Amino acid sequence: MNRTLYAPLIFELSRKGREGYSLPSDNLGQDKYKPCQLPAHLLRQEAPASLPEVDELTAARHYTNMSGNNFGVDTGFYPLGSCTMKYNPKINEEVAALPGFTDVHPAQPTETLQGSLHLYHHLAAMLAEVGGMHAFTLNPYAGAHGELTGLMVIRTYHQRRGDNKRVKIIVPDSAHGTNPASAAVCGLQIVQVKSTAQGTVDIEDLRTKLGDDIAGMMMTNPNTLGIFEKDIPEIARLVHECGGLMYYDGANLNPMMGVCRPGDMGFDVMHVNLHKTFSTPHGGGGPGSGPVGVRKGLEDYLPNPQVYFDEVEQQYAMNFSKEALGSISSWLGNFGILVRAYAYLLTLGHEHIAQAAKLSVLNANYIKEQLKDYYELPIEGLCKHEFVFDGLRAEYGGDHHEPDHATTLQVAKRLLDYGFHAPTIYFPLLFHEAMMIEPTENESKETLDHFIEVLKSIAVEARDNRESLRTAPHCTPISRPDDVKAVREPRFKF
Amino acid sequence: MKYFPHTPDDLREMLAVIGVNSLDELYAEVPQELLHKGDLDLPDAQSEIELRRTLRSLAEQNRPLTAFAGGGAYDHYTPSLIPYITARSEFSTSYTPYQAEISQGTLQYIFEYQTMMADLTGMDISNASMYDGATATAEAMMMCVAAAKKRNRVLISSTFAPNVLRVVETYALFHGVDLQIIPEKEGVTDKDFLKRAVEEDGVAGVLLPQPNYYGIVEDFEGIADHCHAHKTLLAINAVPADLATLRSPGEWGADIACGDGQSLGLPLSCGGPYIGYLCCKEDLVRKMPGRLVGMTTDAEGRRAFVLTMQAREQHIRREKATSNICTAQGIMCLWIGAYLSLMGQKGLQEAAALSYAGAHTLRDLLTADGAFAEAFPDQPFFNEFTLKCEGVCPNQLRHAMAKKGWLAGIAAEGHKDLLILCVTEKRSREEIEAFAKELIACKKELSASSK
Repeated sequence: MNRTLYAPLIFELSRKGREGYSLPSDNLGQDKYKPCQLPAHLLRQEAPASLPEVDELTAARHYTNMSGNNFGVDTGFYPLGSCTMKYNPKINEEVAALPGFTDVHPAQPTETLQGSLHLYHHLAAMLAEVGGMHAFTLNPYAGAHGELTGLMVIRTYHQRRGDNKRVKIIVPDSAHGTNPASAAVCGLQIVQVKSTAQGTVDIEDLRTKLGDDIAGMMMTNPNTLGIFEKDIPEIARLVHECGGLMYYDGANLNPMMGVCRPGDMGFDVMHVNLHKTFSTPHGGGGPGSGPVGVRKGLEDYLPNPQVYFDEVEQQYAMNFSKEALGSISSWLGNFGILVRAYAYLLTLGHEHIAQAAKLSVLNANYIKEQLKDYYELPIEGLCKHEFVFDGLRAEYGGDHHEPDHATTLQVAKRLLDYGFHAPTIYFPLLFHEAMMIEPTENESKETLDHFIEVLKSIAVEARDNRESLRTAPHCTPISRPDDVKAVREPRFKF
Repeated sequence: MKYFPHTPDDLREMLAVIGVNSLDELYAEVPQELLHKGDLDLPDAQSEIELRRTLRSLAEQNRPLTAFAGGGAYDHYTPSLIPYITARSEFSTSYTPYQAEISQGTLQYIFEYQTMMADLTGMDISNASMYDGATATAEAMMMCVAAAKKRNRVLISSTFAPNVLRVVETYALFHGVDLQIIPEKEGVTDKDFLKRAVEEDGVAGVLLPQPNYYGIVEDFEGIADHCHAHKTLLAINAVPADLATLRSPGEWGADIACGDGQSLGLPLSCGGPYIGYLCCKEDLVRKMPGRLVGMTTDAEGRRAFVLTMQAREQHIRREKATSNICTAQGIMCLWIGAYLSLMGQKGLQEAAALSYAGAHTLRDLLTADGAFAEAFPDQPFFNEFTLKCEGVCPNQLRHAMAKKGWLAGIAAEGHKDLLILCVTEKRSREEIEAFAKELIACKKELSASSK
């Protein structure tokens, strides 16, 4: 990554009279038909003046230089908790770009889309096997979209049984922020359940929340502290007993792949993030994909269109079912992302999938054990793919309650100077100085050792030279942008 | 396994540091009965050579057709630079740009995208994208309700594409929005019905498409004023590729513009990834869902970009957030930013003029000898139009034409004999003429065989 900032905006490179496109002059009848023949009041009056005029090379250099201001998995280690920043295999990109996949219109007759529909159907089946579910829809576009879809399945299930009073959903206080937000969009009220001192769901507190108004409970397992909720069979039993369904937030599925299945834990509905667990690129925030799986008996409620194999015609087909909860996407989701995840699962196969999970757990525990004398580990014991430190230990960073203590934010920013991405910080909300680290299975021991050494040196720096920590980062294209100014003097366009 | 770097020595040393004897021991706390016994029932692992073979064979089972169909997915030209730029791993393998210091590339392209989309739609502010056009429209509906506070009713035109309508209806059902359909009259939104409904108390917003499902450029004169007089918001879902030429949502007086950005040079890709866009007037910014990138300065006074106004969002507000959406279609913002930069206003207008001319020429060829009739002959259209194919089922026509390599439009849902066709600048004169000839021949054949 560059240390100096490439700063111009495309608008500043624009010069009147340049062009970066090439269109045919082929006569399609432009002499006879021109848009200006439309009634004048249907036409644009004021030109979109911001659109630049640039030649192709200027544009090529602009974006290439801009990319130098960016950090990606291919640049360096990304210990970002709950985000599963795996390597994004290049073979996946190669096969997703095959013209047979990219050049088909979604409204083509299904007999001309058999390759895509086959892929969809088989990927759904493989995800069902990984999740211990009966059926999957691949239509949701992202994790949060999957959550929303899954909650719609749960509400539909209750409504179809005429059980209309179930309007509440239980969410642990350690849950991802999307859980309560998705529930709110879905028209559900949130009931928060407490965590114990060990960071797991407080079953006694849960008992007091259960009743005939509970639609279900959302959980991730391992939870956001990276701890396996070993009481999950009991939790599932209690929620089922009161008539609710169990929802599995698949954000933390990576350490469970091939080892332990959400369906076997007692979950009824789940989503997975193809951009986390199944290696598709995060793309600076999308496009992702959030397929939703359900246990037997709930498959009819999955959103339209539904892809199935037509035994009579002996080909794949799409269905718009009246039983379904409705539609949540224009077509079949982020299809290009599905191709990448399919390629990844075929690369792992049954032979390697569990190994990916186990190595992610190995890497996380290895970091945790080596750093717990420097950073505050609030919960001892084995973690799964990630763990949380509650900031620096007092002997390095000072007491958390004192105003001049070294903060998690400062540690995170200092890490950037060493060519590492920062961990997820100030989440989960259970700890003031939370720092959530997830290494993934792809990182080598050397990378982890280097990371550990750097975090130790930052701890020492926090003790001996706090000022240098406070002014970090020092080696990035920009340093400490003014977030307050961004809100007070909002500029959302040039 | 090329994705696992651990050597046997690494494993030994690492397990020793942790104080366990095997990888399986890392799961010691998981109840035995929950552990999966043996391998999952998945296919055998494939090498790259095998994987290429498998995926190529699947791709070949698809048959790309020469598209004379739109319906929300348009076969427009993509400048060759774009896929090269968007494939750069500095962009594609990065996360949501929370760490602004090492994400200026992502933040800057989103800022450029926001600038151009706001301008193109005639709005003040664009967010950093939604999932697709349908969900962007659903979010526009929820924005209307959130902005209105006590009003819960939203009107939507039945001239929306059915796949958008279905999504908005689904969101409305679960979000508790009272969604009312405005009927259509001769292919366009029934404006009298709309005006009467707005006059009734409690309409939070009105959602209208432009051009509509049938390809008709609707006339929204006076609608915005009428809505605003009754404290109702207006959201227009427009096809952005047309907007250098057609009147923009902002020029119609809309408060919100939403829709699918696919028409801005995105590949058809069997329906995704596309990108939803959502733009609004300044006073609605606090109701805006999704990410927003803002311009600021850094500690040394340099121009810098950051994610901002995050107090609206799920990771801060949880259930009180404007939406559950986190990030949406990230890298597709780069795709569209690059597309709009390379095309500029002039390129967009040229592509639109070619599409317009091609569609009108095709209409002439198909209706000249009476083989087809225009379904709405008095209505203006842009590059998509609707024909009546009396006596023949449009889907039969589509299947027959697919055998010859053509995608012959979309069969209009809810009608038994309407076919919606589309032409873009990618279709040559030869293709248009050959397509018209074949479609007419196909129709004759089918009507003869059905008699």
